[in-house]
Amino acid sequence: MTAVAQQVARPRKGRATIERAETLAGLAFISPWFIGFLIFTAGPMAISLFLSLTEYNIISPPKFIGVANFQELLTDPRLGLSLGNSFFYALLHVPLTIIVALALAMMLNRVGRAAGFFRTAFYLPSITPSVAVGTLFLWLLNPRVGLINRGLDLLGINGPGWTTDPNWIKPGIVVMSLWSLGSTVIILLAALRNVPNELYEAASIDGAGSWTQFIKVTIPLISGTLFFVLIVNTISSLQIFTEVYTMYFGKQQSGPAASAGLFYNIYLFRQAFEFLRMGYASAMAWLLFVIIMILTAIQLRLGRRWVYEENT
Amino acid sequence: MLRAMSKGIFEHLKVTLLISAIAVGLPAVNIVSAQDATEEPTEEMAAEASAEASAPNTEVSGDLNFMGFGLGDEIATERVAYAQEQLPNVTLNFTEGGFDAQQFLTAFASGNPPDIVYLDRQTLGTYAANGSFMPLDQCIADQGIDMSQYREVAVNQVTINGQIYGIPEFFNNLMLIINTKALDDAGLTLDDVNTSDWEALAALNQQLTVGNGNDLTRMGFDSKLPEFLPLWVRANGGAMLSDDGRTAMLNSPEVVEALEFAVSIYDAQGGFAAMKAFRDTWDFFGANNQVVADQIGFWPMEQWYMNVLAGVSPDAPVAFKAFTDQEGNPISYSTGSAWAIPVGSKNPDAACAFAKAVTSVGAWTRAAQTRAEMRAESGAINTGVYTANRLADEAIFEGGIVQPIENEAFQNGVDVILSLQENAFAMPANPAGAAFQQAWQDAVNRVLNGEQTAQEALDQAQSEAQAALDEAWAAQPAS
Repeated sequence: MTAVAQQVARPRKGRATIERAETLAGLAFISPWFIGFLIFTAGPMAISLFLSLTEYNIISPPKFIGVANFQELLTDPRLGLSLGNSFFYALLHVPLTIIVALALAMMLNRVGRAAGFFRTAFYLPSITPSVAVGTLFLWLLNPRVGLINRGLDLLGINGPGWTTDPNWIKPGIVVMSLWSLGSTVIILLAALRNVPNELYEAASIDGAGSWTQFIKVTIPLISGTLFFVLIVNTISSLQIFTEVYTMYFGKQQSGPAASAGLFYNIYLFRQAFEFLRMGYASAMAWLLFVIIMILTAIQLRLGRRWVYEENT
Repeated sequence: MLRAMSKGIFEHLKVTLLISAIAVGLPAVNIVSAQDATEEPTEEMAAEASAEASAPNTEVSGDLNFMGFGLGDEIATERVAYAQEQLPNVTLNFTEGGFDAQQFLTAFASGNPPDIVYLDRQTLGTYAANGSFMPLDQCIADQGIDMSQYREVAVNQVTINGQIYGIPEFFNNLMLIINTKALDDAGLTLDDVNTSDWEALAALNQQLTVGNGNDLTRMGFDSKLPEFLPLWVRANGGAMLSDDGRTAMLNSPEVVEALEFAVSIYDAQGGFAAMKAFRDTWDFFGANNQVVADQIGFWPMEQWYMNVLAGVSPDAPVAFKAFTDQEGNPISYSTGSAWAIPVGSKNPDAACAFAKAVTSVGAWTRAAQTRAEMRAESGAINTGVYTANRLADEAIFEGGIVQPIENEAFQNGVDVILSLQENAFAMPANPAGAAFQQAWQDAVNRVLNGEQTAQEALDQAQSEAQAALDEAWAAQPAS
């Protein structure tokens, strides 16, 4: 009996050793990322959480004030304004970006020759520095001499005051944001390439037209990727900063965009580095974090209804 | 009469002595001792100090790391060269680019601040109040900096709670820049340009405006909101902040009335949005600027723009005039920069010595002389350099560095600026500088965008600004 038990235990012990070795190897491989995460993400987040409970002007030591910063968030009218602006922007930006990026990806998917050139061409704007994009679009969107309104003029449309009319500041920024949708295009293109051709052939034999194939085949099979870009774009749109700050809040202190272009992260930055209220800015950052987490959780829950997974 | 004459002679002697000292290469850095900052400099003091200043300061040494100061032109490079000669044992390390709050604060928080910082005087108070800059009283005493050579308005801007936190540098003033072609077209003369009578000013604006709204092709007048609201308020006999920097007065009748009037200038031309869309298309720094292109009648502007015009369009149909208040007195809203030393500076003595040297009469005159020679060589108009150092300005403009300009318009412009320097005012120093400025600028923007009336916007700004002031002053140690 003992001998049998020993025979059974030996392979178990061997497997455990291998598993442990594999675990250690895995940990060793992810450790560079993990250390980076601890130092550059988790650590600052923990410090930010602490600072959100303090009055801290960066110069003097932080003074603990409990939840006073969070209480102030509830009564700050500019916080509501900036949050509203960011949501408005996200509501316009996210669907528009996905629709335009999907259309472009589908076109790229059909390009035979020079596909590499077009992929590069569509992606290039994404690597343009944000400050340059902001400055560029300040000119492109100029109501009088900007190329966008001149183009609209050719179509007989009297273009709006993209940079001067408070009602058109945010739509103007959405237009600018489409400049950088190259990443989304490339991700969706990769998803489209993975849709098996046989499914289209089968659908075609069954009499499905292009639109039906798109709705019944393409969308379900790339729904996982669509869901991913939806979440990523929602998060990034709520965090927009550099381009808008360059356009309207650097040296410019622009009149028309003072309220209409005050996005959440711009207001947060000003609290931290213009008014030296790092404690309050940290509380703002945590509020945004919680909002994004809630939105992502909602999206994940709703995603279960429409995201197609092959193994389910 | 006799007293006035003797004062004139005294002034003449003082300037002559000063120029003589510079001419023989004796930088008049230490023109007077710093024992009494309010004392007027005398020729004896100048002579003693000049002899002392001729010797480089070898007591300070080591590295000096800068933030906010770029070596962009000859005015910067020549003054730095002068300071380097004065401080031969100090290594000057510059990083290009203007003062960046985020960069400064993160450097400060990490315990590695720059040794010396160059920034706007209006924002200096915020940092000084938070304890990021050293009070310079000891530095001034140790280095023997004569604060009386600097303009009082500029010194007041860097004085919080009775302590000086900065050494003033440039001294920018506002004046009216006028497109004379626009006046000619309307059959008007320079005498018709008058900012004292606001009713007449509004009428003149309409007279000079061509088109309206999106079809605007020439603005009659630009009241330059939001940034120049303080000028309109002063012109209306009011103030936005009490002299002690503690009480906001943003919703006083004078401020409300001034804002309403300045906004009405835009409304008469089709609104601020249309005007801004038009203004954004101008070739502001180019040869086809708004004066040459006949896109504006006249507007208040900082003096440096005269230099731009002189460089890019010397033959532009332009004239310059002082902005006057409702009583007819010339006024100017002054701004400028200053040198400050962060707490934690690793070389505060060298920083102080540098601030003294780079703002000295010797440094300014050397830079002005170089500019004059460069302009003469290229045949360009030289409108001079305007500093917060009163003695330097006297040396530059009365000492023959800036020669009379053949172009009458620009010579007149120089005269206007010089006459305005004694009529300048600035926003009183306060520890909530940035938040205070933000409160009133946001209020102006809300009115310009039609979100609130002037009274509503300024009521809101008043409560925001006063709260910021109260909080900032409460954190200050009692003086």
